[in-house]
Amino acid sequence: MDRISNIFKAKKPLIIFTEAGYPSMQQCEEAIDLAILNGADIIELGVPFSDPMADGPVIAEASQKTAEKGIGLTDVLLLAKRIRQKHEETGLILFSYMNPMLHYGYERLCKDLDALGVDGILPVDLPLEERNELLVPCRNHGLHLIPLVSPLTPPDRTREILANMTGFVYYINVAGVTGARKTLPEDYPELIHGVKALTNLPVASGFGIADAKTAAQAAQYADGVICGSGFVKAMETSPQAAARFIKELRTF
Amino acid sequence: MNTHYGIYGGAYVAETLTGALRELEGAFLEAMQDLSFKKELQDLLTNYVGRESPLYHAKRLSETCGGAQIYLKREDLNHTGAHKINNAIGQALLAKRMGKKRLIAETGAGMHGVATATVAALFGMECEIFMGAVDVARQAPNVERMHALGAKVRSIMEGGQTLKDAMNSALREWTSCSRDTFYLIGTAAGPYPYPMIVKEFQSVIGKEARRQCMEQTGRLPDEVIACVGGGSNAIGIFAGFLDTPQVRLVGAEAGGLGLETGMHAASINGGKVGILHGMKAYFLQDENGQMLDTHSVSAGLDYSGVGPEHCYLADTKRVKYTVIKDDEAIHAFDTLCRTEGIIPALESSHAIAQAIKDAATMSKDQIVIVNLSGRGDKDMENIKNYKVHHGQNL
Repeated sequence: MDRISNIFKAKKPLIIFTEAGYPSMQQCEEAIDLAILNGADIIELGVPFSDPMADGPVIAEASQKTAEKGIGLTDVLLLAKRIRQKHEETGLILFSYMNPMLHYGYERLCKDLDALGVDGILPVDLPLEERNELLVPCRNHGLHLIPLVSPLTPPDRTREILANMTGFVYYINVAGVTGARKTLPEDYPELIHGVKALTNLPVASGFGIADAKTAAQAAQYADGVICGSGFVKAMETSPQAAARFIKELRTF
Repeated sequence: MNTHYGIYGGAYVAETLTGALRELEGAFLEAMQDLSFKKELQDLLTNYVGRESPLYHAKRLSETCGGAQIYLKREDLNHTGAHKINNAIGQALLAKRMGKKRLIAETGAGMHGVATATVAALFGMECEIFMGAVDVARQAPNVERMHALGAKVRSIMEGGQTLKDAMNSALREWTSCSRDTFYLIGTAAGPYPYPMIVKEFQSVIGKEARRQCMEQTGRLPDEVIACVGGGSNAIGIFAGFLDTPQVRLVGAEAGGLGLETGMHAASINGGKVGILHGMKAYFLQDENGQMLDTHSVSAGLDYSGVGPEHCYLADTKRVKYTVIKDDEAIHAFDTLCRTEGIIPALESSHAIAQAIKDAATMSKDQIVIVNLSGRGDKDMENIKNYKVHHGQNL
């Protein structure tokens, strides 16, 4: 069974990025449980990293604070294990900068993720040219390596990035770092349509989605909607605030 | 194109930045084939930077060491006071050619920030410099110089608030504005094609040094020494000698309080292979793969990584990378000031310290060239504080 494909077949999933271990491991786990109960379909488990170069202030701060506490990839795997035991149907994706994964060992990581029931890896800083070092171990263990496409990616390159990939496409809505925006870019419908025309994979849309309005706007065009910074900010307040945030977002 | 050095290098960036890197690679390769580009660069290096820089026989320093003859490649005499301007001029010309209106750069000691602010003024471009808050405090004179040149200085409050954090912030900024902004990386690090570009623009140091040594002494040096933080001055001078195996090459890393204390910035000697700032290279990191904060008396060497070609040169043993501690660098600073009347930057003082050690073990007819990468005016306050703190005479 391919959990991710089934989720996209059933509906337009709400995909939530969480900073694993933030603000504490217990509160994080509770926030994830409540997010799933209130309509999150796929959870991205963000691995804390000391140098989150592709993230805006909210996620960057959460990532650095958590990393400083000594929470690392091993702890994230233990969290993944507990989440999987409680939520059989939910998609689980490891979301990480390359260094913690390189340090852990790609082959060992993919073997462990597969054993824990994690569905795939979303590497932040791994473009097409360097991809094989992680793609090969992912393939060996039946994990999706989620490809990313940006508004600046030309069509030829998009085609090359998406050829023979599995899972879903992460379409980066805005040229920039993660974080809330008031609206999506004007050319958003056109650009995401262009990506969808080039692939049979479902295309999920992330970056800049932080409220019901932007989520609904994205859901008009995308096959799935990804929210990160908004949720991380809510997690920081309390698991209950995180649950309310998901309820408000899940209007599509 | 060869985008890697052995297993090191590459371009590990978010997809959003890959287009900007390809655009840069294309512009650079084209410019290198363009005689008018090379002519304009050469003219600026001669008449604006003041090249060539002298190769100076430091006789009193050599006598003090009692061994090999020490020659100093005087990059400290360049306009703006360090080797950084060689690369800044080259990349700014590329930016102009690419039609970019704004320059951004990271800086540690502030020398690259000053160089970038300088070329931005020269070419009439906007300029913003990213600098860790710790460095803003300890390199205040350079912050004032950047302001005087019309640049904005953004003080970075995250992480250890030094060079690594400045580079994170500059990369973030570039991700959102690469269409009209040129990121002028100051060290031979970062994603491909930067290590290649910085090496090309700094290789003038090595080419000149090799020719000058032949002219003055009739022979090649036995050893060439440079300090290594990110590694731009080192790769620049090594470039003139890499293909000549009989010339020993030595890179001095910042040993801080000593490798065993963990308070240092010696990525090759004390780090492990990692990925950050777009490259695979040696980085100082913990058991979770988190990058460690570094320590060095010199802000310009205070970086947890090192350029990818240096990693390769270390593995293949073409270059020997050593460790010089804070106190050795300070001692070398004093020695050069008082034997030659030359005030070196604290970064370059690490290379001087290595030369003092090595020259003493060599014979009087042997030659050591040291890259004196920058001048020490910016460090006077730090030197004073260090000496007061350690109970030494000023």
